[in-house]
Amino acid sequence: MSESESTGPEKPRAIVVGHGEFSAGLVSAVGQICGLADKLVVLSNVGQTPEDIEATLRQQLARTGARVIFTDLPGGSATIAARRIARDTPEIVLVTGVNLATLLDFVFNSAGTPEEAARSAAERGKASLIVIERG
Amino acid sequence: MAIQLYRIDDRLIHGQVVVGWGQPHNIRFLVLVDDLVAASDWEKELYRMAIPPEMEIYFADVDTAIRDHPRYANDPRPGILITGDIGSMLRLVKGVKAIGSVNLGGIHHRAGRAEKLRYVFLTPEEEAQLHALEASGVEVTAQDVPSARSRPLAEVLEGEAK
Repeated sequence: MSESESTGPEKPRAIVVGHGEFSAGLVSAVGQICGLADKLVVLSNVGQTPEDIEATLRQQLARTGARVIFTDLPGGSATIAARRIARDTPEIVLVTGVNLATLLDFVFNSAGTPEEAARSAAERGKASLIVIERG
Repeated sequence: MAIQLYRIDDRLIHGQVVVGWGQPHNIRFLVLVDDLVAASDWEKELYRMAIPPEMEIYFADVDTAIRDHPRYANDPRPGILITGDIGSMLRLVKGVKAIGSVNLGGIHHRAGRAEKLRYVFLTPEEEAQLHALEASGVEVTAQDVPSARSRPLAEVLEGEAK
């Protein structure tokens, strides 16, 4: 599984994993907007077996101490792998359907628990989906 | 409409299946044929939660899928049948004797497999199983998503680098 991580003073607090370059693009945008890309680890499922995706996620969770996983599609292979991990690691929080607004809320929210930060981020992400017609 | 696609994909249910093939073909049911998944309530629930509400999913081991294939084939809705490995599809094809084509959608790298396409890696035993599929009268092609070119088995086995 491909992996990249910005250098910075803080350990990453979440892993962002998805199809193609989706995660890299989102985290790059977080860095451009607020300079906090180092709080996120980027993973892609490209060319990986389900076992590879799960193993890499477990390895990165152990290495970083991150407790939150963001995935792109509810039915995607990364989400399936993350749900397998969440089954035997109850402290892991999974958020699927991640968007840029979700990650921006998350990286600025350092006060609460990972669960609280994930819940707040998911709400912000949902609220950012707006249809504007004849605006 | 019945089964639109018989697919071998080691990721089973995932984005390419649910969205990539599911949306343009208006897929309304999936048949996941896997002996291990069919034997586990937790695995079934895992995949059931991965599909959108407009789709229905059936789980079957290979023997059950052979028995129930007429029901899938006569379903008026368009569907996709998926196995996670070539051996399961070969058993299904031999048991059903009514499958005309099989799609290689994703068989990824692991020890002992050689790269054929960026999404198809095969052991010599798996190559032999694919030849056996063709010898059963089945057209075998590789195509990960609908917009990609469908590649015949002979071309797949030659490999992309050659």
